[in-house]
Amino acid sequence: MKSLAELAAIREKMKDKVVLREGSGETRVVVGMATCGIAAGARPVLNAFVECVSKEGLAEKVTVSQTGCIGVCQYEPVVEIFEAGKEKVTYIKMTPEKAAEVVEKHLKGGNVIQEYTISNAIS
Amino acid sequence: MKELSLNILDIAMNSVKAKAENILIKLVETDETLTLTIRDDGCGMSEETVNNVMNPFYTTRTTRSVGLGVPLLKLAAEQTGGKITIESVSEEINSEKHGTTVTAEFFKNHLDFTPLGDVVSTVTTLIQGAPDTEWKFEHILKGGTVELDTKELREILGDVPLDNYEVIKWIEGYLKEGYASIQ
Repeated sequence: MKSLAELAAIREKMKDKVVLREGSGETRVVVGMATCGIAAGARPVLNAFVECVSKEGLAEKVTVSQTGCIGVCQYEPVVEIFEAGKEKVTYIKMTPEKAAEVVEKHLKGGNVIQEYTISNAIS
Repeated sequence: MKELSLNILDIAMNSVKAKAENILIKLVETDETLTLTIRDDGCGMSEETVNNVMNPFYTTRTTRSVGLGVPLLKLAAEQTGGKITIESVSEEINSEKHGTTVTAEFFKNHLDFTPLGDVVSTVTTLIQGAPDTEWKFEHILKGGTVELDTKELREILGDVPLDNYEVIKWIEGYLKEGYASIQ
């Protein structure tokens, strides 16, 4: 049973952490969540990123956030990855499965999955 | 949209964009009807804009020339024999009390009633995306009510942001339990 005591316990745990907001901004995962994205299935993609980032212990470095219309609605769900010092990577037609792959191979492993990117689609 | 919960997610995003500090999502169900209310205290719209938002070719976006969110909700309601109404007070007209209320009525027994779907996921997605907004969720069903008020959570959490993974999981579990206890 979910209790308010559990929330209090989360607060206790976080008391020792200097930085309460997860993610130093080093890496940002931005999921398109406008009407087009939502209709195309962005909600489960966002959930997959949130889950996988946490499970892989990347929550300190990686923030997952939502944005509006990116302008390439036909390619939704779209996810942009911003990494300090690197070029932005735009993944298109994302699914929860691809999201897990991106976290594993790109965020953890450092390798962009070219086949899922927009440059692969329009080149 | 395949589920009404996705339309709710979409419209509530407008409230976030309108810089609302408080957003209420209320669902009231009877045997025959479902009434959805999304109320915010954001910047509001002029009378002209309220009339325009029902038009799929009206948008404030610059990336595209269509704005389908409201028209899709309107369609979902009207195809069941229901309707949508939007009331809004622009902050230019009233700097103290402004905001927008979207109300949509659905007839559940109509063949074209879009199922409500995963409302819990919509609520957690909204809180994850706008953790500094005060969210109030109320779903009143025959068997009981499922509700959540982020104000109450903040009283316990203090500085811990609502988009903290464990907090989001707690909210998800709490809402799921609420629905399970009504079944």
